[in-house]
Amino acid sequence: MSGEAASGALAGHGAEAAQAAGKAAEQAPGLMDHLPALVVLVPFLAAPLVVLLGARRLAWPVTFAAALFSLAAALALLSQVLGGAAISYHIGGWAPPLGIEYRIDAANAFVMVIVSAIAVAILPYARASIAAEIPARQHVLFHALFLLALAGLLGVSATGDAFNLFVFLEISSLSTYVLVAMGAYRDKRALTTAFNYLLMGTTGATFFVIGIGFLYMSTGTLNMADLAQLIAQQPGNRTIHAGFAFILVGMGLKVAMYPLHLWLPGAYSYAPSAVSAFLAATATKVAVYVMLRFLFSVFGPAYPFEASALGLVVLPLALLAMFAASFIAIFQVNFKKMLAYSSIAQVGYMLLGIAMLSQTALSGAIVHLFNHAITKATLFMVIGAYVLRAGGAFYRDIEGIGRVMPLTSAAGVIGGLSLIGVPGTAGFVSKWLLVQGALEKGWWWLALLVVASSLLAVVYVWKGIEVAYLRSPRDDVDRREAPLAMLVPIWVMAIATIWFGLSAEWTVGAARTAAEALMHGASEIVISGGVGR
Amino acid sequence: MELATLIGLSMAIPLAAGLQNVLLARQQNLRDALTLLAAVATFATVLTILGRTGGEASATMRALTVMPGLDIAFAIEPLGLIFALIASGLWIVTHIYGVGYMRGNGEKGHARFFAAFSLAIASTMGLAFAANMFTLFLFYELLTLSTFSLVAHKGTQEALSGAKTYLGILMGTSIGLFLVAVVWTWVAAGTLDFTPGGILSGHLPASLVPVLLALYAFGIGKAALMPFHRWLPAAMVAPTPVSALLHAVAVVKAGVFTMLKVGIYIFGTGFLAETGASTWLMWLAAWTIIAASVIAMRQDNLKRRLAYSTVSQLAYITLGMALATSMGVLGGGLHIATHAVGKITLFMAAGSIYVATHRTEISQFDGLGRALPVSFGAFLIGALSIIGLPPLAGAWSKWLLILAAADTGQWIIIGVLMLSSLLNIAYLLSIVARAFFLPPAEDTPQAWSEAGPLVWGPPAFTALLCVVLFFCAGAVTDFLAPIAEVAP
Repeated sequence: MSGEAASGALAGHGAEAAQAAGKAAEQAPGLMDHLPALVVLVPFLAAPLVVLLGARRLAWPVTFAAALFSLAAALALLSQVLGGAAISYHIGGWAPPLGIEYRIDAANAFVMVIVSAIAVAILPYARASIAAEIPARQHVLFHALFLLALAGLLGVSATGDAFNLFVFLEISSLSTYVLVAMGAYRDKRALTTAFNYLLMGTTGATFFVIGIGFLYMSTGTLNMADLAQLIAQQPGNRTIHAGFAFILVGMGLKVAMYPLHLWLPGAYSYAPSAVSAFLAATATKVAVYVMLRFLFSVFGPAYPFEASALGLVVLPLALLAMFAASFIAIFQVNFKKMLAYSSIAQVGYMLLGIAMLSQTALSGAIVHLFNHAITKATLFMVIGAYVLRAGGAFYRDIEGIGRVMPLTSAAGVIGGLSLIGVPGTAGFVSKWLLVQGALEKGWWWLALLVVASSLLAVVYVWKGIEVAYLRSPRDDVDRREAPLAMLVPIWVMAIATIWFGLSAEWTVGAARTAAEALMHGASEIVISGGVGR
Repeated sequence: MELATLIGLSMAIPLAAGLQNVLLARQQNLRDALTLLAAVATFATVLTILGRTGGEASATMRALTVMPGLDIAFAIEPLGLIFALIASGLWIVTHIYGVGYMRGNGEKGHARFFAAFSLAIASTMGLAFAANMFTLFLFYELLTLSTFSLVAHKGTQEALSGAKTYLGILMGTSIGLFLVAVVWTWVAAGTLDFTPGGILSGHLPASLVPVLLALYAFGIGKAALMPFHRWLPAAMVAPTPVSALLHAVAVVKAGVFTMLKVGIYIFGTGFLAETGASTWLMWLAAWTIIAASVIAMRQDNLKRRLAYSTVSQLAYITLGMALATSMGVLGGGLHIATHAVGKITLFMAAGSIYVATHRTEISQFDGLGRALPVSFGAFLIGALSIIGLPPLAGAWSKWLLILAAADTGQWIIIGVLMLSSLLNIAYLLSIVARAFFLPPAEDTPQAWSEAGPLVWGPPAFTALLCVVLFFCAGAVTDFLAPIAEVAP
């Protein structure tokens, strides 16, 4: 899938096709201007392409190429906005608030980098993993759905239009429901889980769209920047309050905010391994980003209703997640379930960083999006490799596997250490910022609670290590190391977990700029792209 | 060579030694010889650093910036250099002993054992040369993780539960309390660099100083201050070379070394004395000294008795810091060295007895002294040094601590130190007395004799070091004087 084809499709949407054709010569160097749209469109259009080509051999290369393109585009965008500027891209040349605007600042460029990087890392792994878990005739569909989910997640991040965001959210959600259901080839429980996920996810989306409806009713606009200005003018409007509440609950379901998390453990446990890894690393992260965007950009920290909602609702729920979910994780006997509950707890850290309403804590939450994504991607990929060789993710299936699969297991240990927040791993950096944020506010009790909940992580990680290393291997397991196609992505992620724990200047810098952009708006807005410009 | 290169080498050589142990797992002799070579090279590197700097504090060398303002950085200062010298020097002795012990005892997993051992030494070097609290914390945690697998080495149920206690307490305190203290320090002072005179003065209200000190004192679980001391007896399930070097020298000294660093370079002894924030810590240390000695008397297992003795002796160093005078800090610094040679002698002698007789309980030692004269002789010298009798090294540090207590007018503390010496006599010399003066039990075979020279040689050598260090103590205190001069 080439970039030119996509930009050609984009030009087709333009008001004046003739002008677009005339600009064709100019567009080759102008490709950079269209990156905000291309980063989403390339995987989006690659999805039907994969189905149309229909060939199983071509599905993977096309998917991988599209993901690679998105990563390159996301990195290019991030480098453009790291200075604090924002890019405003007008789809089809229609100026906002009438037209749809893509607004790229450090916050969503960072999220797009996370999503596309994880996709690029997981695809080579998925190739080996789905070959074992999904029948060959479904591989084409798997790749198409994967691309749709990726495009949806990127679209949610890129867009500056509230309704467009909802549409992309549904694109990604619907495709993930099916991806989760594909786990049924290995374990039939994936079907009920996917249905459960569908019900809860749709409920969340419905709440979200009702909230958007309320906002539209009171302001008459769907553009987020426009919404922000109009909302600030009517602080006492009850309809907007109701909209705020609906959006918070709707996104709360999508991020698996405790106690709206019930869909998550099942979905992560029974989905195909590659899907678990991709979802755990990206889906909730993007939902957290949407929450950030609405709380900070649309409503703004100054919105009178927000501080109390964050302090009285989100903060206690975040703490509850950190402790209750970690506690539940301790008593799991299935590795995937344990990691799923740990994810809920880790989302609690992110929500805590949001609820503290300080720039340090917010950058802690944003950097944790990244750090937790690479950590969980490592761990879920490790479990996927275990499932491949040992046939299951229950503790009894993988006793003593540390000796059978030493390389895979060593990467798992690194991921586990990062979950705890041991210095030298990525998880430590985010924990440091969260504790710092709490102490800067003088909330020493909160700082102690943050570290206390990491101690629960010590317990569940220890249980995993005990199972993998300190018991004798079963006789009936496949006594081979994971295939190289799996080992390489696993180790890329594991090394990234250490790398970004030791050299966090880039991630923390990006997160700080993102937090700055979210709390105070971008320093300048560069209008880019749009055919009619 | 640049100083930075030398510091890098002091960590890279043990790291490489660890790696080759994994790669050459099958070639036993080559592997052990290379590790010995690495130990010698590490010691030589640290000696070169000593020769290069003459013990003067060096400029800070940045290796890596983790976050803006947070660096992994290294610097030379006297206390760290002494610690590095002790750890790397005793590594040579312990490695020779370890080879003899592991082979003599038929233990399993030699390659894994020596690899983790080397990694622990690399972490210790990083910790000793850390230029700021962040770097120190990083290596502190690495040391916990690398020694954890050594504690679990035997893989028995007992070893596993010991390892669980070990990891639980050390990780729990360091992440739950130490980390908070470090972040708090950073938020309050805006820096974590070790600065003579401290960085907190004027940045923290006097009422909060004891709270932050408490987070440090309990967070540094490796210092084994009561009530967080239980990991040390639990760690005794590890093979004896681990107990000798790591749980008498590297790991526990890393704890009290960190404690001294906190007192001297983070708070500043002047600031502590001024606010009186460390008074409570002084009493807690005094309590630990006595209580641990009393518990030691009741232990029949030799290694557990030695472990409780270590808990008690570590509290001497914490006490020296808590007295918040230059003499106290100096005494604490010197005690790191003197206790190291004394306790490693005791542990290696204990291991030597175990290899020769497979006996671990003190009540089984009756009359063994004549069969194992070198082991018990070394044990006697080590014990006398711990007790603090001249002409053995331990005398000087105890003397300095008593002087410090007298300086500050803490007469009760002097009493505590005296009482502790008496308790030491009771629980250490009774072992030697049993071995030499009681008749052998009936089931004792006549043919028992010392295990190989690789096993009895090292304790004899370190026993000699106890004597040598008595006469060199002046040089060590002169060397350490700069750390004390910053105090009033």
